[in-house]
Amino acid sequence: MVEGRSRVASHESHTGRLPGLFMNPGTSSFTDFLGAYSPEMLPGRRTPPVSPVGDDIPHGTTIVAVSFPGGVVMAGDRRATAGNVIAQRDIEKVFRADEFSAIAIAGTAGIGIEIVRLFQVELEHYEKMEGRTLSLEGKANRLATMVRGNLAMAMQGLAVVPLFAGYDEERDTGRIFSYDPAGGRYEERDFYSIGSGSVFARGALKKLYRPELSPEDAALACVQALYDAADDDAATGGPDLTRRIFPVVATVTADGYRRLGEDEVGAMAQAVVDGRYDSPGGPTAPLR
Amino acid sequence: MPFYVSPEQQMKDKADYARKGIARGRSVVVLQYDDGILFVADNPSRALHKISEIYDRIAFAAVGKYNEFENLRLGGVRYADVNGYQYDRRDVTARGLANVYAQSLGTIFTETNKPYEVELVVAEVGVEASSDQIYRLTFDGSVADEHGYVAMGGQAEAVAQALKDRFQEGMSLAEALKAAVQSLEAQDSDRHLEAKSLEVAVLDRNREHRLFRRLPAARIESLLGEDAS
Repeated sequence: MVEGRSRVASHESHTGRLPGLFMNPGTSSFTDFLGAYSPEMLPGRRTPPVSPVGDDIPHGTTIVAVSFPGGVVMAGDRRATAGNVIAQRDIEKVFRADEFSAIAIAGTAGIGIEIVRLFQVELEHYEKMEGRTLSLEGKANRLATMVRGNLAMAMQGLAVVPLFAGYDEERDTGRIFSYDPAGGRYEERDFYSIGSGSVFARGALKKLYRPELSPEDAALACVQALYDAADDDAATGGPDLTRRIFPVVATVTADGYRRLGEDEVGAMAQAVVDGRYDSPGGPTAPLR
Repeated sequence: MPFYVSPEQQMKDKADYARKGIARGRSVVVLQYDDGILFVADNPSRALHKISEIYDRIAFAAVGKYNEFENLRLGGVRYADVNGYQYDRRDVTARGLANVYAQSLGTIFTETNKPYEVELVVAEVGVEASSDQIYRLTFDGSVADEHGYVAMGGQAEAVAQALKDRFQEGMSLAEALKAAVQSLEAQDSDRHLEAKSLEVAVLDRNREHRLFRRLPAARIESLLGEDAS
């Protein structure tokens, strides 16, 4: 039964029936189940490379998130870099985690996308097994465990750091959680940014953020902040008006996750770029 | 000293045992309507479900012993999620799931003393009605590919007969729900079912991503109140 297990995942090869493990009561966690059944499929269970890998593997860059009354908006640029080469100009780094949360990644793109896939299945699996969804903190903690599982890889240059944001149904607010490569989980207030351009994006958000932002204005603040990140960080891509490649922008509110349409974001990006012709530094904040 | 029991007798005894167990429970019906597949169970419990989501387009309905079909449900969710994670979401099919259920039930029936007292439906909603798939599985692992409608559980024959008289292709959700409820009322001569004693869910092909949805009691009531025009 052990041989062939990884190829025919869920059949006992000679009988075709579900192996005993599938029918045991027990965990509602997909990751835990997979760890018992087929551990080599989990991102955290692999042997890390013996020497640190260089810059040749694509890295995702800047992500921003801004909360507003009744929800949160998350946005990411579309660039992945491998050293000084643009590896991908239309990569997507912001994803729907479940109905009421969004996840985005910065760092090694391949491992990041795998963690996102696993996290999406994890949330849905729990919901189906238990008949209820995890609390927002529960989801955030679950993600912390996955990031911690990648620590050995991170030490060899394959670090992934996610940003997690969701709508908290009990409090009727949007909440943002950031992580460090060791699995530390931190709740952020108001807004946050991760990735290589995050320093610049956070500086911009500091000046643009207001507690009473509308969802549209919060999304616009994200696009402005990403422009500022792209302005000063070579690894962050700005809005590409010639190819019509714009940031991925998604909101999470009581109505659920919604990714803004290409035309909506396109109009926003066009307005931001137009505004920069007059004022290359973007909107100015009052001095006093 | 054990008595000799012929294999025929042994299988017959097990089958009778399983049938009796299933006949004690209340019924469930599954039927196609114009936007997908409708599941209706005569089940007053809000917590112990007989109808559940398995995957994006696949749902599960069961009658019989709760702990046994719950075990099968958990196994099915794990099977679907492992395959969807390993390959792609499109690679999880009702046919594959029906197959592993059939093998599991068949093995349990022949190799253990006590067979499972359950009957299942695994259904997958297609892009259009002609590609919908409904599989019915019995306690011994037999599979039947059903079209239109299925009734199972206690008094399944009376319910199926009532459903046969009422079922038409391309019914609206309200019409299909009424037909299902009237058929379930055929379990007993004086049975009247209200919204709060029904568990109702749909696989709606016009939704996105996860097509399974439970209907709350208020929605059931309003659908039952609509004129079947």
